[in-house]
Amino acid sequence: MTDVSDPSSNRSRLLLGNARRGFVGIIRGIDVVEGRSSLSSSELESQLIEMGFVEGARVEILHEGAIGRDPIAVRVSGITIALRRREAQAVVVVPVTAEAVAVI
Amino acid sequence: MSTGSFHLALVGAPNSGKTSLFNALTGSRQKVANYPGVTVERKAGVFVTPAGRNVSLVDLPGTYSLRGRSPDEEITRDVVLGRFPGEALPDLMLCVVDATNLRLAFRLVLELKRTGRPMMVVLNMFDIAQRRGVSVDIDKLSAELGVPVVTSVAVRKAGTEELLRRTDEFAARTPQPAQDNTWKTLSIAELKGLQREADRIIAATIRLPEKPDSLTTRVDAVVLHPVAGLLILALILFVMFQAVFSWAQPLMQLLSDAFAALGQLVNDVLPPGLLQSFLQNGVISGVGSVLVFLPQIIIIFLFILLLEDFGYMARAAFLMDRIMGGAGLHGRAFIPLLSSFACAIPGIMATRVIDNRRDRLTTILVAPLMTCSARIPVYTLIISAFIPATQIWGWVNLQGLVMFGLYAVGIASALGVSFLIKFFMWRDYAPAPFMLELPDYKLPRLKSIALGVYTRAKMFLYRAGTTILSMMVLIWFLASFPQPPAGAEGPAINYSLAAMIGHALEPLLAPLGFNWQIAVALIPGMAAREVAVAALGTVYAIEGGKEAADQIGQVLATQWSLPTALSLLAWYIFAPQCASTLAVIRRETGSTKWMVVTFVYMFALAYLASLLTYNVARMF
Repeated sequence: MTDVSDPSSNRSRLLLGNARRGFVGIIRGIDVVEGRSSLSSSELESQLIEMGFVEGARVEILHEGAIGRDPIAVRVSGITIALRRREAQAVVVVPVTAEAVAVI
Repeated sequence: MSTGSFHLALVGAPNSGKTSLFNALTGSRQKVANYPGVTVERKAGVFVTPAGRNVSLVDLPGTYSLRGRSPDEEITRDVVLGRFPGEALPDLMLCVVDATNLRLAFRLVLELKRTGRPMMVVLNMFDIAQRRGVSVDIDKLSAELGVPVVTSVAVRKAGTEELLRRTDEFAARTPQPAQDNTWKTLSIAELKGLQREADRIIAATIRLPEKPDSLTTRVDAVVLHPVAGLLILALILFVMFQAVFSWAQPLMQLLSDAFAALGQLVNDVLPPGLLQSFLQNGVISGVGSVLVFLPQIIIIFLFILLLEDFGYMARAAFLMDRIMGGAGLHGRAFIPLLSSFACAIPGIMATRVIDNRRDRLTTILVAPLMTCSARIPVYTLIISAFIPATQIWGWVNLQGLVMFGLYAVGIASALGVSFLIKFFMWRDYAPAPFMLELPDYKLPRLKSIALGVYTRAKMFLYRAGTTILSMMVLIWFLASFPQPPAGAEGPAINYSLAAMIGHALEPLLAPLGFNWQIAVALIPGMAAREVAVAALGTVYAIEGGKEAADQIGQVLATQWSLPTALSLLAWYIFAPQCASTLAVIRRETGSTKWMVVTFVYMFALAYLASLLTYNVARMF
């Protein structure tokens, strides 16, 4: 279901839901932990993909909410999406490096 | 559904500009908004193409896919697949694509292609895209997608010429050979596959600048700032309520004077008697006392439509999500609840954008607690009669402040009730996700705002002419018959049916400080809240004669105590007195149960709030 099984990438592996404002990264995949959201894992994954959270997309956290820095507004696939950190936990990202930028 | 006309359907993602295209093609009277998912109703129109072909056009709810996550999206899917009862299968689908936002749109195009239905891709807002440096190889794009592609600028005259020409060409070739429908719900792998295909097509045919709309980003840096953003939101709401109270005042005075003059004219021209009383006290003073609130209703709708068209509403949902989440409400509920300030009916209908059933039901149950525009007449009347129009801190109008307070209590009680619903009914469910597109800011189109306000004002006037007028005639009748016996003492109304009903209800309402005149006014108020004001006007006019009809506010100030006035204000924060709202709740929840629940809980709250207010106020 996901493409984040490569253990060597774990060092730089990060969940979008834990990142702070100003973070810029590349989406590595969707990894839904069952029970974190009220949606089934396949439903949440479908919704995230439909909103543009696809592998290889550049994602940037533009804004954070006032309480608990939640929800967040992210720029992804050319549009701005507001979502809660709870759901953003399913998005696996790596911080942008010079090398990664060249791939976009 | 007229036979022989060509059926077109607009399909596309939220914010793709479907609604503006719909307006451009049909010139229909309805609103264009920025909030994703605002298209909740079936919108249809007809137009004639340059070649003289009759076309019926339906604007389908915006969707990112055909999975049908919410009732709206199911409608789109079912119409597109020809499964929707009573809806013609479109002869041609116009898949509307925001030319500044292509990735998600093209994936939808590819999914729609699987239905095998004839379609055409419309690159909308093409002017904005070109200005941002997007360049598109239209012919190659059309070849890659395998469907015709046209560009359009919905908001400009002649921006739809090419679209109409191509539609004519297509229609002339109909019937087309049917293609198989291979669509079924996409698996995640297929979804990813389609997105990859869409990205490949974009890469091959379109050159995109690597620069997002920087103005939107800069504005959002302030508007979505954790502290500044909330302050701005509070300020917007505060200005809105001050505007409703103070800007509308001169116009309202003008209307009120005009109706008084009209009543005086009738009084002078006609001989005293039943006809004079009917026209002056029943029709003119009754309908007039409601019509004077037209300026306030226009102002509140103006604000809401402006905020929607700017693209601010989705931002407000973002800012309020966590705060409302604490009360068990979904961030998306903010828009329906804000619309409920205008009227609970569109508010409740707008809850269709909430995909989770429990969140949606909670929102529906609390929406009538938001102070709708029908309460404004009641509030205004009582406030202007009992609260002095002094300025405090130099610039704040005390009357406006009380008004703001009433709205605040409405909001607080909505949050409180939803918290209780969440706590007692749905404690065991994890909250539904909040995922919402924040569209780029757009300058509102003056024409679409004007159309929106005009439609609302017309609806209000229509109500004044039908529901309110008929209620007023009924009230006048109840207040005038039976006539007092010859030589009777006191005002004639004391002998009427209205007095009998009022006196019968008085024991029930006396603990709240309501006299029998209020009890009489509450009955027709069941049809619509603002009727209560008109009913009070009629009751006191018949009781007090001509002078009273001119200024019911002044009459109330002498007839009621302050605790009674405050108690009535408290009553109207909660009172479930609007038959149409209850009917919409039944329709939207699909059950009588929730309608009864709403009525009972609001009635109980109203009674308790009034009881408390009256007794506390009497202590001072």
